[in-house]
Amino acid sequence: MEAVLFFAAALGALSGAVGVVALRNPFYGVLALIVHLFSLAVLFLLLSAAFVAAAQVVVYAGAVMVLYVFVVAYVGGDTESAWEPIPGQRFLAPLVGAALFVELSIAVLGSSLLALGTEGPDVEPGFGDPAGIGKLLLEDFLLPFEASSILLLLAAVGAVVLAGRKGEEESAS
Amino acid sequence: MSATAWAWLVLLFPLLGSIAIAVGYRAIPARVAGIVGTAAIGLAFACGIAALISLLGDEPEARHHASSLWDYASVAGLDIKLGIYLDPLSAFMVLVVTGVSTLIHLYSFGYMRSDEGYHRFFSYLNFFVFSMLLLVLAGNFVLLIVGWAFVGFASYALISFWYRRTTATRAGMKAFVINVVGDIGLVLAAILIFRELGTFDFGPVFEQAPEVFSTNEWTITAICLLLLLGAFAKSAQLPLHTWLPDAMEGPTPVSSLIHAATMVTAGVYLIARTHVLFGLAPTAADIAAFTGLATLLVAATIALVMTDLKRAIAYSTMSQIGYMVVGVSIGAYSAGMFHLMTHAFFKALLFMAAGSIIAAMANEQNIDRMSGFGRAMRFTSITILCGGLALAAFPFTSGFFSKDEILAYATARGGMYLIFTVLGYLGALLTAIYTFRLIFRILPGRPCPEAQELIDSGHLAHGPPRNPASGEEEDTGVGFPGAEHHIAERSASMRIAMAVLAFGALFVGLVQIPGVDAVVGDFLDPVFEGSALSHVHPSVGAEWLGLAIGAAISLAGIGIAYYLYVARPETPAALQRRFSGLHTFLYNKWYFDEAIDLLVVRPALAIGRFANRTFERLVVDGLISGTEDVVGAGGRLVRVVQSGFVRSYALLLIVGFAGLALYFLLSSS
Amino acid sequence: MNIEWYIVLSSLLFAVGAMGILVRRSPVVILLCLELMLNAGNLALVAFSRMVGNQEGQVFAIVVMVVAACEVVIGLGLIVAIFRRKLPLDVDQLRELRG
Repeated sequence: MEAVLFFAAALGALSGAVGVVALRNPFYGVLALIVHLFSLAVLFLLLSAAFVAAAQVVVYAGAVMVLYVFVVAYVGGDTESAWEPIPGQRFLAPLVGAALFVELSIAVLGSSLLALGTEGPDVEPGFGDPAGIGKLLLEDFLLPFEASSILLLLAAVGAVVLAGRKGEEESAS
Repeated sequence: MSATAWAWLVLLFPLLGSIAIAVGYRAIPARVAGIVGTAAIGLAFACGIAALISLLGDEPEARHHASSLWDYASVAGLDIKLGIYLDPLSAFMVLVVTGVSTLIHLYSFGYMRSDEGYHRFFSYLNFFVFSMLLLVLAGNFVLLIVGWAFVGFASYALISFWYRRTTATRAGMKAFVINVVGDIGLVLAAILIFRELGTFDFGPVFEQAPEVFSTNEWTITAICLLLLLGAFAKSAQLPLHTWLPDAMEGPTPVSSLIHAATMVTAGVYLIARTHVLFGLAPTAADIAAFTGLATLLVAATIALVMTDLKRAIAYSTMSQIGYMVVGVSIGAYSAGMFHLMTHAFFKALLFMAAGSIIAAMANEQNIDRMSGFGRAMRFTSITILCGGLALAAFPFTSGFFSKDEILAYATARGGMYLIFTVLGYLGALLTAIYTFRLIFRILPGRPCPEAQELIDSGHLAHGPPRNPASGEEEDTGVGFPGAEHHIAERSASMRIAMAVLAFGALFVGLVQIPGVDAVVGDFLDPVFEGSALSHVHPSVGAEWLGLAIGAAISLAGIGIAYYLYVARPETPAALQRRFSGLHTFLYNKWYFDEAIDLLVVRPALAIGRFANRTFERLVVDGLISGTEDVVGAGGRLVRVVQSGFVRSYALLLIVGFAGLALYFLLSSS
Repeated sequence: MNIEWYIVLSSLLFAVGAMGILVRRSPVVILLCLELMLNAGNLALVAFSRMVGNQEGQVFAIVVMVVAACEVVIGLGLIVAIFRRKLPLDVDQLRELRG
């Protein structure tokens, strides 16, 4: 049962990823990414990370992707030209990608982490619950927590600044 | 007070005079500056007399004192003190220098009156006297070199006194550069002496030298040859003599003091002072003697055809110093020093008289344009005649006794040294001829326009101020001679100075009449006791024979000059036409200047040009621009990666990461 | 399923994302591919967290999500600004910063 779910979700994630890369129209790419994100959420659930899965759906697929949709709608989805100005890029890219995959896989599979060959230790039912994650965030990882809140503030300010150029730019042009 | 205390005072007064005039030159009026300067040297002379008297109070063998004020340099095995050495030789030089300097200061008081640089002149002149006294009183080689260098500087400052004249500044530089060549020799000699003997002080050096060096060893010969280099540069002997005629660009009192009486005799003093070392290196002494002889003859031949009055007297100086160098090199020490003294008198006098005549000629120095001053300027004529007679060694003048004493000594040494006697008498003949050539041109005959003007109206000739060497017009402000000219007849200070010198030129020889008295000889001989050569004494009879021959030659020379320039005045022109090649050769000073230009100046300039064009351009610039180019090219190479394409950056990033991962995988497996 | 599978899937997704960045020209799509890579990382983190047995990896994954969100905000803001200036939305043509 678990294996079936895994392969289904894996297939979904992979096809979503390939769709993002391959689809010409960026709008379709966004949609493919949403599929990918949902598949990943399923995979998270399989790994007993309930809260992360929920956050993935709510934050990522929910908020971030909506933002993408708005921007793509505003900007428009032009298809790109076929001609490649950088010599060798089209040739090297898949090679490099493949090399990367192979290396990483070898690194993982050939490592001496024996635990990789298992399903992981037995965990209590509350593994991955918001309570546990919240506890960690507020106790052991307080600094990253606060830092990420500052980061969010920066991002918000940055967005306002970038978006607020409207007045200058329209009068200049 | 002790003798050395007086000696320190001798050094102090000129220094104070120089500083006082230099510091207060705005506040002090001109006359006062002149008086201060002259008084400073006069006081030094008085202290010199006092030192002499004090010295005479000692036993003849004990007449040498060293005294030092403080340590000059005491490091690492060196122990140099600011010390002086007073013995008959240095006392003699002090008296000659201060005595003649006082008279020249007195002369300058009147002569330089209208010059705007009056204060500067006296300050420099006082400084020069101080340096010269430092040189002769120095008790160790280091202080000698200090005095030597100061004297060179003072000479430079005074030659280019009229600094806005290009010819003068160039002459000053020429003198200085040639002096520096001599300085190198002197310094190297001092270093070698220190290396061999471990000390710079005169006393210990001269005591230890005979023990440390064996005769004609190469070190002592090298030391002596290097000392000769210094001596010849300072005393204008061949081949370092070319600066002296050009040094006549300086004011006449400068020529009189520095380039006749004192500075150029420094080389002679040096050889006399280091006679112990020369005694151990007879080869070097012989080289010195032959160089002196060569200079003697070459300079005399050039003086025969010189038309510039001051330059002719300069060549005469060169020739007479040749006699002195011969004297102290072959062992006639006191004779050479005696000739130094008499020469100081009559040569200074000749320059002073020449200055007076040139002033009357409105700064014209060409003797072809001068004549008839015998009637126009009585006093100057008499004094120039006195000086000329002494120079030509007319019987019973001072020059007569001094010059022939040297030649008698040469005869007494015999053997090879008879060459000196023979050629020395030839030189004496030439001396008489050229001296009276000048006198018979200037004094008798129909007065030239300037002289005529003086006779008729008593006005001094006045033309536009000109550079005597190049003839170009110049103005009369600071850096140029003053507008007014001063002749002896109109200036009391000049007359007093010239009169004293004339008296000395005629009669000072009487202190050293062979067989009658030997004031100078007795005084100086103890200094040279240790030298083997000083024991060679010509007999009184031989000396009188020499004097007789000298008298005959002198009179013959005067007679020849009379024939050529008074009786048959057309003869010189005819001779010039017949021997035009020889005349040109002599007139161009044996082409020494051209030879030095060819052998030394041009190669130096060529090396400089090579260094600039080739070495500088290729090596230095090449190195620097080359580095710059390499860096630039490297930068250009690297810039290729900065294409601006984000995707290629990303590619490089991932390739790099993949490469790293590969490396780690491989290294861990 | 063994943890290995998840990790291999994660590296595959990562490689796909990397290739997408190298190949696509539209800034929006590049950002999307960037999201792919980040998510692949998240998957690996959660898988390792499961393997180790504590929740620290999950916390890390959440923080990564925060970072990704912020970065997307700024990136899209830039794209909007570029679009407003009527510049072509093509990373190959936006290449003034070069040596």
